[in-house]
Amino acid sequence: MPGLSGRMSTVIKAKISKLLDRAEDPSETLEYSYQKQIELLQNVKKGIADVVTSKKRLQLQEQKLRDQVVKLDTQARQALAAGNEELARTALERKNVAQTELQSLDSQVAQLEQQQEQMTASEQKLRTKIEQFRSKKEVIKAQYSAAEAQVRISEAATGVGEEMADVGLAMQRALDKTENMKARADAVQELEAAGTFEDLTSLTPGEDDIDRQLKQLSSTSEVDAELAKMKAELGTGSAPVGELGAGTPSAGAGAEQTQQQSPGQAS
Amino acid sequence: MIVRIATEGQYELGDAQQASLNELDNEAVAACDADDEQRFKRTFSSLIEFVRKGKPVGDDDLRPSDVILPPADVSLDEAKADFNGEGLIPG
Repeated sequence: MPGLSGRMSTVIKAKISKLLDRAEDPSETLEYSYQKQIELLQNVKKGIADVVTSKKRLQLQEQKLRDQVVKLDTQARQALAAGNEELARTALERKNVAQTELQSLDSQVAQLEQQQEQMTASEQKLRTKIEQFRSKKEVIKAQYSAAEAQVRISEAATGVGEEMADVGLAMQRALDKTENMKARADAVQELEAAGTFEDLTSLTPGEDDIDRQLKQLSSTSEVDAELAKMKAELGTGSAPVGELGAGTPSAGAGAEQTQQQSPGQAS
Repeated sequence: MIVRIATEGQYELGDAQQASLNELDNEAVAACDADDEQRFKRTFSSLIEFVRKGKPVGDDDLRPSDVILPPADVSLDEAKADFNGEGLIPG
């Protein structure tokens, strides 16, 4: 059969015959393929464990990024309340980068979740086929002549072999995707190590590279919009200095300090 | 006939459906050969949907498939590399 299905069938069938082709007599085929089936089941379990590990790692990174987003937002507000708009902008740019990463991590975790479900379902299906094969081979041996049994057992072994090849393919694809995500997670970790999401106390003039990355990654208009919103919330801009930041923690703390300083200066 | 969607499962289709299956398959191949991602996604999804309308084969059924389709989420590049390239299938 030509076409995609024809090509795919050829690939899978070649795999199956490779899988089964070492054994020539039916009992050997049985034993060999049964042994292979058990091995594959163990590999599938290991594959699922790999996916779960990657998922947990990504979830841990997500949590760290969430914390950073909150922290950077607070820092931007504090910087703005203190009248340092440039610092507030930098904090918001970093927040923007962290949020973008967070969104991408979210979708990756969802993908891994889906892979885990799919692999668990594959494992269940393969397990059922293997059980079926094990009981069927005994029935076939008991019911048929040696020659007929060989034909029937080969057919059943081919059916199970196809399932095995398919589960093998599903696992390969799932693990490939997981590998890609690991690479991506590593890249995020490098950004973290470079201080991209760090708080602003670590900002030094030497971090030109990060600044450049920030400019590339973050959307300036988003940052501008957020900065404007924050300004409005804080009542800065055209508002008189006396009303600035009324009710915000940092402005309150500043007022207290002024009050505390006055008696000190007086005495 | 039994058709497998790789990494998904097997479906049983009637003999009458084979012509339609072939037609949909040829459309997907044409899109693949034309290197047209949009068209490939559209035609290949139609092929997959068509097969999914068949009767699912039970987990305890050991019959091999007559035809095996690539996974539903196969990309054009994968389709080209895996099923069209020189590597896996000569000729």
